[in-house]
Amino acid sequence: MRVTIEVNGRETSADIEDRLLLVHYLRNTLGMTGTHWGCDTSNCGACTVWLDGLPVKSCTTLAAMADGRSVRSVEGLEGDTLDPVQQGFIEEHGLQCGFCTPGMMMVARALLDRDPDPDEATIREAISGNLCRCTGYENIVRAIRWAARKQAETGRSDREAEEAVL
Amino acid sequence: MQVPAPFTYERAGSVDEALSLLGRYGPEARLVAGGHSLLPMMKLRLARPEALVDINGLAELDYIRVDGDHLAIGAMTRHAAVLESPLLSEHYRIFAEAERVIADPLVRNRGTVGGSLCQADPSEDLSAVFAALRGEVVIRSTGGVRRVPMREFHVGPYETAVGDGEILVEVRVPIRTSVGSAYEKVERRAGDWSIAAAGAFVVLDGDRISDVGLGITAVGAEHFTCAEAEAALVGAQPDDEAVEAAAAICASSCNPTVDQRGPEDYKRHLVSVLVARALRRSIAVARVGSSRGVED
Ligand SMILES: Cc1cc2nc3c(=O)[nH]c(=O)nc-3n(C[C@H](O)[C@H](O)[C@H](O)COP(=O)(O)OP(=O)(O)OC[C@H]3O[C@@H](n4cnc5c(N)ncnc54)[C@H](O)[C@@H]3O)c2cc1C
Ligand code: FES
Ligand code: FES
Repeated sequence: MRVTIEVNGRETSADIEDRLLLVHYLRNTLGMTGTHWGCDTSNCGACTVWLDGLPVKSCTTLAAMADGRSVRSVEGLEGDTLDPVQQGFIEEHGLQCGFCTPGMMMVARALLDRDPDPDEATIREAISGNLCRCTGYENIVRAIRWAARKQAETGRSDREAEEAVL
Repeated sequence: MQVPAPFTYERAGSVDEALSLLGRYGPEARLVAGGHSLLPMMKLRLARPEALVDINGLAELDYIRVDGDHLAIGAMTRHAAVLESPLLSEHYRIFAEAERVIADPLVRNRGTVGGSLCQADPSEDLSAVFAALRGEVVIRSTGGVRRVPMREFHVGPYETAVGDGEILVEVRVPIRTSVGSAYEKVERRAGDWSIAAAGAFVVLDGDRISDVGLGITAVGAEHFTCAEAEAALVGAQPDDEAVEAAAAICASSCNPTVDQRGPEDYKRHLVSVLVARALRRSIAVARVGSSRGVED
């Protein structure tokens, strides 16, 4: 079948097998390997991308289900500058091996868009579908708090920054 | 790399279209809602449908509303929407309390009420919630609409009253007053399936329990409930004695299996503790007269 999927604001299109999973569409068909693929059993969240604005596990979503819809992956976080979430992961050492990081950051971005000032419990709940094998949760939580503070200081959310660029 | 066996993908734009696609492909076709139970099963070849009919686009089945003296929840309502619904929380706290501990926020963005009930996993949480509340499901086929009480919905593990060529379109729950409800679950780690879980609602009339519902999951409780314990509670005073007696009936009458989640005696013990907690909290909320505005 032929699918047309908006990925990070850009239209993509390909002939695919009906059974192709969204994670493999991104990684293999489009060659966008930022989205990671870990457990394959919808448990680890390494494959998290946004589908129509909501974070989902792309190993448990068919590419066909995304046909005509919009997807945002970790490659779509960076604008002219790094997203505050990306900066936060650098500043607070929010990653060790980096395998869980794309999923963590996509969840963090979605959280901050909904709740710009989340407390620690809210952050931990938000990332509870994402596993970090390096067990760096403390620093991941700090990284997200860092991003929240940064946004509050600059008064510009990622969304607004993006709109300003357009 | 785990991928499903080949199949033909079809997308339905309406319930009627979904029904006609199911008719066209016959018994080898399956509906796919969130896909968070079906796709993992297809990867493992535990399911091998020839065609998938995607109903994610059916906005007509995505709603939570009052319909007369019932709450009506559309089959395509996502777990996340149930968790966040002020309407459901106003009437029954059991919904948010159960949803908070179903899977994780990412799964809850995709998984649906209809998919959960139709999957009929023996450890499924919403089955216990709707069994406790004595809900009923609305099932549509090209032949018309029929209603099945939640307590007759499960025909066996992973088997429901929904037949080939049928779609579950809605779940309905009676609105009750002077009611309290609660859900208690123990899992091994955040986001996991229950070792055991129990839900309850209690309606008080003066110093007596006038109506009660129990839901129990993951331990082989018949129809996800315990009618015998409910019968023992109706008319009783809402005191410790009644609560403990009902919890003991639940613990002895369920049929837990021994698995990696624990031995049988542990699971029975959990059932008695969780049923008692759910009942006590339901009674406390009901005492205030209404669940409105009451916090823990
Ligand atoms: C990591 C993980 C953890 C989980 N933890 C829990 C948990 O703790 N508790 C819990 O209760 N659940 C849990 N689940 C299950 C989750 O709630 C699923 O989303 C749910 O069981 C299935 O919903 P779905 O919409 O994804 O259904 P799908 O996978 O799309 O469908 C499931 C089945 O129902 C059928 N179906 C779907 N919709 C309809 C309909 N409207 N009419 C007729 N048939 C239909 C399909 O054909 C299929 O056979 C977990 C899932 C995952 C992946
Ligand atoms: S690869 Fe998708 S959840 Fe682990
Ligand atoms: S940084 Fe290694 S898995 Fe999280």
